[in-house]
Amino acid sequence: MNAAVAIEPALGERMLDTRLTVPGIKCAGCIGKIERGLSAFEGVEAARVNFSAKRVAVHHVPSVTRGALVGELRRLGFDAQPVEANPLAQDDAEGRALLRALAVAGFGMMNIMLLSVSVWSGAGGATRELFHWLSALIALPVIAYAGRPFFASAAMALRHRRTNMDVPISIGVLLATGLSLYETLSGGQHAYFDSAVMLLFFLLAGRALDATMRNRTRAGIGALLGRMGREAGVVQADGSIVRVAADQLAPGMLMVVAAGEALAADGVLEDGRGSIDNSMLTGESNPERIGRGDLVHAGAINLLDPIRVRISATGSDTAIAEIARLMDEAGQSRSRYVRIADRAARLYAPAVHSLAALAFVGWTIAGAGWHQSLVIAIAVLIITCPCAMGLAVPAAQVVASGALIRKGLLVKDGSALERLAEVDTVIFDKTGTLTLGELRADIANLDPRERAVALGLAQESRHPLSVGLARSLAAHGVVPARIDDVAEAGGVGITGHCEGLPVALERPSETDRANGETPSVSLRIGDRSRLIAFADRLRPDAKVTVAAFATLGLEASVLSGDGPAAVARASAQLGIAGKGGVDPAGKLAALEALKRAGRNPLMVGDGLNDGPALAAAHASIAPGTASDASQQAADAVFVGENLMPVALAVRVARATMRIVRQNFGFAIGYNTLAIPLALAGLVTPLIAAVAMSASSLVVVGNSLRLARAARKPIV
Amino acid sequence: MSVLAYLIPIALLMGGGGLATFFWAMRDGQFEDLDGAANRILIDDDDDDDRQERDE
Repeated sequence: MNAAVAIEPALGERMLDTRLTVPGIKCAGCIGKIERGLSAFEGVEAARVNFSAKRVAVHHVPSVTRGALVGELRRLGFDAQPVEANPLAQDDAEGRALLRALAVAGFGMMNIMLLSVSVWSGAGGATRELFHWLSALIALPVIAYAGRPFFASAAMALRHRRTNMDVPISIGVLLATGLSLYETLSGGQHAYFDSAVMLLFFLLAGRALDATMRNRTRAGIGALLGRMGREAGVVQADGSIVRVAADQLAPGMLMVVAAGEALAADGVLEDGRGSIDNSMLTGESNPERIGRGDLVHAGAINLLDPIRVRISATGSDTAIAEIARLMDEAGQSRSRYVRIADRAARLYAPAVHSLAALAFVGWTIAGAGWHQSLVIAIAVLIITCPCAMGLAVPAAQVVASGALIRKGLLVKDGSALERLAEVDTVIFDKTGTLTLGELRADIANLDPRERAVALGLAQESRHPLSVGLARSLAAHGVVPARIDDVAEAGGVGITGHCEGLPVALERPSETDRANGETPSVSLRIGDRSRLIAFADRLRPDAKVTVAAFATLGLEASVLSGDGPAAVARASAQLGIAGKGGVDPAGKLAALEALKRAGRNPLMVGDGLNDGPALAAAHASIAPGTASDASQQAADAVFVGENLMPVALAVRVARATMRIVRQNFGFAIGYNTLAIPLALAGLVTPLIAAVAMSASSLVVVGNSLRLARAARKPIV
Repeated sequence: MSVLAYLIPIALLMGGGGLATFFWAMRDGQFEDLDGAANRILIDDDDDDDRQERDE
């Protein structure tokens, strides 16, 4: 991002930075293609791809619009959406602060260890005192800096009269530091500086790992409403047309929507006929034909001729805003999910505190001085090392998510893996999830000349069928023929002339339409015409994936906004139950019903209409082609044409929870061994240090076994 | 033992240097996009990049 080569802008010209999210970045080829392609674009100074975040940062002159950049990326073969701000900035700042603290703790730990080892191996007298002083000199600033995340969170918890994992950690570190300082001043035998810093180091490692898995902030509503048209042409009383921003529109106004423009408000079609792409709201892949008096919604895209719409609802009253609200409410229930580490901490913190207090009281009663009793109590706090506890969950989750990323599935946060391990039902949306979400043309029976003419015509139109046809042809390396005097007529097709012959891409005649279900177009050259059929095909491994879910013991079904007939066909192909014609609220209701029945549903969907369902489900996964809002609402995103990563995710999540439980088991077992030693007063700084590193290494080593968890196929 | 008077400050300075380097690298954004860095070594610098098929 910031390593991009900056060219000096022209004098006095202010440059803009635009960020776009490009889910289709898959390989080094994509990076090169995008950066080179965009940099060659007029007015763009530099483009830098962030491969991990699937984003592109573009540095350009103000005259280049976002739309132009999106169009240019589309020309390069990538779907892109502008991102408002950088929603990850906050997370980044937190993750960076943790990494800095980790680096400082690591530096302090190594240098203090250097001095401690000398003391342990027998340095005495003045040398020991010097080394203790040096340790103190390094440890105090290091603890002050690296301990801040824990101290802040512990102070917060105590202010609210709660306790969390950070309270025993903070108390242990502060007490150990205070005691060591006292020992140093009085020339004592033992100083625990190394233990205190090491404790911080291991715990920070756990936190930093956890931060890499942290949930990205939900820009749900913003991303959603970004799909609405930002402005509209409004017809004034005198017949002139004025551009009005979306938030200035009011019911009753008459807006004119050009071809290819997104509607900025809900309304009723005043005159004419048209065809709109409503896939964003309904998931319906075929363009919808609309006539006078039909209701159209904000966010739909007008495909053919300009239409006039009388506005009925604007802003927060539109159907799309309603979806955003549903999503937000549905997401509330999920944020109440308590993560396993927090559940463990609730038991762990009070237990450790009472043990340490008991040790202090017990030894004081038994006649040891307050100083010795305090040393033992602190040893208990240190040796019950929350390190293994702190690493148990994040280490396993980071390794598991790394294994899934290599399979093309990006898990957004740790709690997602915990919830994925618990799902017992899976619900698929159809369009874009079970299918590829784009209409592919069947061009096997066309000869080269027909292909060239078809591409020449299809390039001229924004109708989804034309776009799909152009894509299929371009993928076969077809070179478009030159078409003269092209004209597009709404609802009819495109006509033109090629080498003097009249050619057309038009709606097939009634007799030609095979079954009315799959869309088709007719290519006419001179007086011969050919039918080109389209289909939104199932993903190549959809059937295998459904079988894999059965193996995992999950019940699968289809729930889609698409027409019932199309859904029935798709679900019959896969041999699972299916239900079509369901609206967003209906999907949400279906999921809520499942949850009430005690099931934990996994929702896999891509459309905005799946947004509320994705947010409400126990766990959810969206394809990389999904809208930004859906990706925000989902726990994980998978890229590519294969559906199998979704099933793998469930299996890996289960394996992760197995490893996490083993890690906890080990941490508890280690504590039952270590605590008696500490209570007996046998723990010297050396033993504490060895025990601490050993337990942390065992937990990390055990977690590394997950690296191969995603390798083996399920079926 | 007087050698310690040299060695310990040297060790601390070297460690501190490493720490400073890490801080600089982080501020420079070198940890922003680790997967991207791994992939960039595969990008050819000449301009005929069409050999790279989009769908590997």
